[in-house]
Amino acid sequence: MNSGNVILWILGGLLPLCAIAFFLTRNRMTHREVAGLEVFSRPGYYGWLSVIYIAAPAIFVALCFSALGLLHLYQTPLPMFTVGILTAAALGLAASVRLINPEKNARLLVEKWARGLMIFAAGISIMTTIGILLSVLFESIRFFQSVPLWEFITGTRWEADTAFLAGAGRGEEGAAKPHFGAVPIFAGTFMITAIAMLVAIPIGLFSAIYLSEYAPKKVRATVKPMLEVLAGIPTVVYGFFAAITISPLVVQAAHAVGLEADYTNALAPGLVMGVMIIPFISSLSEDVIHAVPQAMRDGSLAMGIGKAETIRHVVLPAAMPGIIAASLLGMSRAIGETMIVVMAAGLRPNLTANPLEGMTTVTVKIVESLTGDQQFDSLLTLSAFALGLVLLFITLALNVISTLVIYRFKKQFALV
Amino acid sequence: MNETFKLDENLLRKRYRAEKRFHAYGIIAIGLALAFILFFFIDVLSKGIPGFQTVQVQVEVDYSQVVADGNYRRVVQKDLVHIASRGWMRTVPMQLRNHPEMIGTKETIWVPAAFRVNQYIKGNEGHGLEQKYQALADELYKQGTIRKAIDWHFFTRGDSKLPEIAGVGASLVGSLVVMFITMILAVPIGVVTAVYLEEFSPDNMLTRTVEVNINNLAAIPSILFGLLGLAIFINFFGVPRSSALAGGMTLALMTLPIIIISTRAALRSVPNSIREGAFGVGASGLQVVWHHVLPLALPGILTGSIIGLAQALGETAPLLIVGMMAFIPEAPLSIYQASTVLPAQIYTWSSDSIRAFGELTAAGVIVLLTIMLMLNGLAIWLRQHTSRTW
Amino acid sequence: MANKQTGNFKLETRNVELWYNKFQALKGISLGIREHHVTAFIGPSGCGKSTLLRCFNRMNDRVDDCRITGEFLIDGKDIYDPKVDVVHLRSNIGMVFQKPNPFPKSIFENVAYAPRIHGVVKNIADMNNLVEESLIKAGLWEEVKDKLQQPGTALSGGQQQRLCIARAIAMRPGVILMDEPCSALDPLATAKIEELIDELKGTFTIVIVTHNMQQAARVSDHTAFFYLGNLIEMNDTHTIFTAPGKQQTEDYITGRFG
Repeated sequence: MNSGNVILWILGGLLPLCAIAFFLTRNRMTHREVAGLEVFSRPGYYGWLSVIYIAAPAIFVALCFSALGLLHLYQTPLPMFTVGILTAAALGLAASVRLINPEKNARLLVEKWARGLMIFAAGISIMTTIGILLSVLFESIRFFQSVPLWEFITGTRWEADTAFLAGAGRGEEGAAKPHFGAVPIFAGTFMITAIAMLVAIPIGLFSAIYLSEYAPKKVRATVKPMLEVLAGIPTVVYGFFAAITISPLVVQAAHAVGLEADYTNALAPGLVMGVMIIPFISSLSEDVIHAVPQAMRDGSLAMGIGKAETIRHVVLPAAMPGIIAASLLGMSRAIGETMIVVMAAGLRPNLTANPLEGMTTVTVKIVESLTGDQQFDSLLTLSAFALGLVLLFITLALNVISTLVIYRFKKQFALV
Repeated sequence: MNETFKLDENLLRKRYRAEKRFHAYGIIAIGLALAFILFFFIDVLSKGIPGFQTVQVQVEVDYSQVVADGNYRRVVQKDLVHIASRGWMRTVPMQLRNHPEMIGTKETIWVPAAFRVNQYIKGNEGHGLEQKYQALADELYKQGTIRKAIDWHFFTRGDSKLPEIAGVGASLVGSLVVMFITMILAVPIGVVTAVYLEEFSPDNMLTRTVEVNINNLAAIPSILFGLLGLAIFINFFGVPRSSALAGGMTLALMTLPIIIISTRAALRSVPNSIREGAFGVGASGLQVVWHHVLPLALPGILTGSIIGLAQALGETAPLLIVGMMAFIPEAPLSIYQASTVLPAQIYTWSSDSIRAFGELTAAGVIVLLTIMLMLNGLAIWLRQHTSRTW
Repeated sequence: MANKQTGNFKLETRNVELWYNKFQALKGISLGIREHHVTAFIGPSGCGKSTLLRCFNRMNDRVDDCRITGEFLIDGKDIYDPKVDVVHLRSNIGMVFQKPNPFPKSIFENVAYAPRIHGVVKNIADMNNLVEESLIKAGLWEEVKDKLQQPGTALSGGQQQRLCIARAIAMRPGVILMDEPCSALDPLATAKIEELIDELKGTFTIVIVTHNMQQAARVSDHTAFFYLGNLIEMNDTHTIFTAPGKQQTEDYITGRFG
């Protein structure tokens, strides 16, 4: 009996039990009702109540066994696991037959449980955030026990290869001490993000201005969905495109003007990432430009101020908070983007200001350290979680700031 | 009051030029974006379409005992050993073991050509075919015993180290399984959460925290969900690494906020008068939602779910972290088995240096884009054909 | 006040017809507006009074399917002549809108905005003088002189509307168009604006659209009554309100419809 079968066994046992209980109880109540006897709630609710009688103890038992296993107290054998759960369910069925009577307010009970279930579901999203935070935090703490935080943040040498040897069980004597100075990685991330934003902000913003202020309805109706196509292209496809098409183009172009460029240059992933972010910036900017009251434009136009002048001097300043927020969101996306850089950027940390050289990013290093055949607790693997912590912190900060800025923008025009 | 101001005509001309320039910037921006889209699709199509085409060679197959014993090279005439696919030849002994009655028979069939021949015949540079075989291949091509054909098996085969017999079949199945797990986890939890937040939750600190949290979750980089999957699902709960279950659960958490946000929007678009009407005839909160609000919001919920799932389908980064990028040639038989997905397959191929994998990668990209386009098209169709105005 | 039918009109329309797509919003309007007087357009909603007002500075240009025939003259020159530059036209005609719409800039910048963009004021001292002069004329100077750098949107509704008037008069236009300028204001702020209109008419020609008949009676010298796109009657305000020539006007001002 492997773990896959267990689920089948448990579901195979539980579902029929639930069905039996549901119909048994509901029919009992329906018969009473037909016979003209008093039944407090509608019969269906009694059916659902009996299902709760079965499912609740079964889930409780399953959770208990799982908790024992996860805490390494007692590894329940799979047959016992199955039998235990099914026994609990059977007891629940017996209880439902004995205890559910027509005086019970079944509807209220069922709705209480339903509400509990909903709160549980809403809790999952909170648990996800906590889960992400804890998973990067715990491993990061282990990492920072070996590598000083200060070295990580300010060090300019990232030489983790020797950590790989140690992780593989070799090394120790004679091998050089690994260095985990993340500055070159942050610099690479910053460079590629900056290139992406240099592409995305002007194109995205001017597209938004054109679409909301100038474009005839028909043009708008065709161009807008086409821009949205850009947002729907999977990042792995962008990565492929950046690595196979754009990188060689950049190398050729650089060569044509007498410059040397690596095939893993920062420019190619930066440019492609910029294109990927255009629709985020343009659609968010269009929303805020649209939200600027028409009266404000009229006030300016009525004084003989031109359309472009009105946009530049009145509309854009008014929409600026929203545009800034959109740019911050786009930036957070660029920093966290993985596939484009994994496929088109370099692996070697490189502290340089030349975008034609290969450089690496936080996300590339995370993927690289976690996809090798490493022991999970090697220093290299742990470094991925430390980088993940930095990534989480930065993107969270950007998101929070942009949310606040947007909120203030909406308040200014009384949209909330 | 003083005289009316006189406008400076020079300045005015400059201003009119600036007006035109500004308008042009907008058109240039749109033009650049559209040009990129055009360039992108032409480039991907031109690179990928040859990947759907295979080169086959007609061989006389000799199912001898020697072949059945494992000397697979003897299955074809000696001179064709370097022309026919080694990957295909390797499968013959196994085939004979399963069908012993075939031993001793001969037949003439079309089989895939070796990838170097494949690339040479297609006229690609860097094919790497030795000089002497080039002449042979040319000869056979002229004779008609080497031909180009559409490669339908591309959609059914799994991955291979030999590009001529590699396909997206296994990864398509893997994607399907992962999507199924993502769907049955994310859609119910997402919809129930949205219903709670929109219809039942009291307006207090806790609710607002959940709301802020969901918005933040939607903007967290996907790779961090991979770290969560690795640390919590795999290392803590012991879900097998590389399995469809690990990938599906990770993607479910990633898709959850998208589904919640779109479901809430759909619920909000149901006018309050419907709720008031139902409450007015004595329905309970749950009945109002179940009987009236949810059915009306269903199209919006479906659209949002499809868009969320399409996004999950194209997602790669978190799946790399939970190990779904290893060389996995077979489609998974259970959710605990190692499996791969289409985007991860594309990534694996793209990092291979053999030229022929470049074509396969682009072909895989076309398959992925087609599926995404179909899903998004479905969502748009649903939105247009079920939207109602109140 | 007497309406002497002598001299030239500042603004004049001759047989104006206007369509929004297939809907005819103005039907053969001919009227004249006298310089340094206040002219009120009254009538029930949808009668075309605002539409006509917005034709004088060609704000209807921005509406895609709007078609106009007939003549609009300012100082005897055709407004819709293809050779006319809307920048010239509009910089000479100020407009005040229904809802105060100050720009999201400082009070100073709100007033200095148009003169600066039009490049009519060359140095800072002149600009300071112009802003002060405009704010004084708009009756706002005393209230805001210590907070010129604060955002215009932070003022009260009535103050915002007077800021918009200051903004309009900063370009020293010949005409000020007011499109229901008090409809979003409380009675006290309304009274202030009405006082202001009375002061401004010495310098400017003012056309005001209002749905408030008492306001028209209080502030205007002439009144035009519109109904369903037709100009029913135009005359001295006093005459219109005491001895209207048409039954429809009588019905409207006595509150029988509208």
